Amino acid sequence: MNFKRAIRVWQRNATVYRKLYRSSLALNFFEPMLYLIALGYGLGGFIKEINGLSYIEFIAPGIVMSSAMYAASYECTYGTYVRMEYQKTFDAILATPILFNELVLGEILWGATKSLIYGTIILFVMFLFGLVKEFQVLLLVPYIFICGIIFANLSIIATALVPGIDSFNYFYTLFLTPLFLFSGIFFPIEDMPSIFTELSLLNPLFHLVNISRILFYGSINENFIFESVYILFFLIVFMPFSFILLKKRYFI
Amino acid sequence: MDIVTGKNLIKYYKSFKALDSVSFFIRQGECFSFLGSNGAGKTTLMSMIYGFISPSSGEIKVFGKSLNKKNLPEIKQKIGVIPQDNNLDPDLSVLENLIVYARYFNIRKKEAIERAKELLNFVSLQEWSDMNVRKLSGGMKRKLTFIRGLINDPELLILDEPTTGLDPRSRKQIWDRIEILKHSGKTIVLTTHYMEEAEKLCDRIAIMNKGQILVIDTPENLSFKFSGNLEKVYLNMTEE
Repeated sequence: MNFKRAIRVWQRNATVYRKLYRSSLALNFFEPMLYLIALGYGLGGFIKEINGLSYIEFIAPGIVMSSAMYAASYECTYGTYVRMEYQKTFDAILATPILFNELVLGEILWGATKSLIYGTIILFVMFLFGLVKEFQVLLLVPYIFICGIIFANLSIIATALVPGIDSFNYFYTLFLTPLFLFSGIFFPIEDMPSIFTELSLLNPLFHLVNISRILFYGSINENFIFESVYILFFLIVFMPFSFILLKKRYFI
Repeated sequence: MDIVTGKNLIKYYKSFKALDSVSFFIRQGECFSFLGSNGAGKTTLMSMIYGFISPSSGEIKVFGKSLNKKNLPEIKQKIGVIPQDNNLDPDLSVLENLIVYARYFNIRKKEAIERAKELLNFVSLQEWSDMNVRKLSGGMKRKLTFIRGLINDPELLILDEPTTGLDPRSRKQIWDRIEILKHSGKTIVLTTHYMEEAEKLCDRIAIMNKGQILVIDTPENLSFKFSGNLEKVYLNMTEE
């Protein structure tokens, strides 16, 4: 696998995005802001502090991660699917020196780049809201990218498995929404029955939200290291599946 | 020197045999045509030449090398593919389509722009350079797909039904350009189901039917041997 050739695929997607970003930037950005304002200020008025934080402070770190998760997921489900099945972009690219695995890597890197774009913009808005107080929050930027890689990868797996574009509803409703709601963004999972606590350990977003919250308000401790190692482990274990499954899907 | 050699190529799609023990070679600088009706196996065979599809069994070599992962990028660097469907990037302009495509071949931007402009002139599309490709007519899209396959100045050109669905004027324009490329020494492989196209452009023709090559010869020899024009020869050979 040649990294430079994967970047060529990334560049193609970036070129198209530069032409079209005006129509999608606002949308991707608007939803997390709605959560932050509606829940942070609205619901937050009825909630006392959680772990010493106001409600909007409590949810802000998680909203950064969930917006990164959704950005990569949209890109590598609907986006990748359209390029593969409708626009035949894959066919065009594979007639050039680019190999299939390089194409997939380019798609994943691009999905993660979308996470980076939206995640950091939202982080910056939170800074304007006065929610970001520590310099160490800058360390969050690489984690936003890692979050993007993880969900780009899982989304490519979904893309390889769906029978048609409408089936992505299942992926969103049955997979991403539960991960989102039970990730500890809106309430501490520890206060729920133990089955939820145990299941959330398998949820990559839960760990990413923990990392984000530590960087927002805590200090870098063993827990932070543990969470980071877990996330990298998760990334590596699931990485090969997107390549194998999408290849199978495409060439049959 | 032979640019492409195929030996006993077989391709199954599940239980369907798309190619049935196909052997051929294509010489440097010749224009070679696979002639056959829809579903004869032409596209499958063409896709094999640029490593898009691998044979179920048999051996294919391009530029004297087998198409493994290690050789493939190097081989494809010297091939230009003009696919049957225009898979252009619908969100980009005419020029952007060419430049993005040039990047896959690792061509520098400055060189890509120069080359793109030359090619746009070559097919008289220069005035449409900034137009979004969605707005192009079918003939113009075809011409753009055609020159996109030339962006890397390929030694071997693969044209899958280059003029299917085009009006006579556009068809003539594409034919003229293919003639020019042939005279500049490029090796050209094309598929077609138009006798006239094969006869006019090609040095040798392989007539295909149901996944097999029935005969390979020059258009003159085919007419002579089977005493009749190429259309008659073709219809006789591929009779149900």
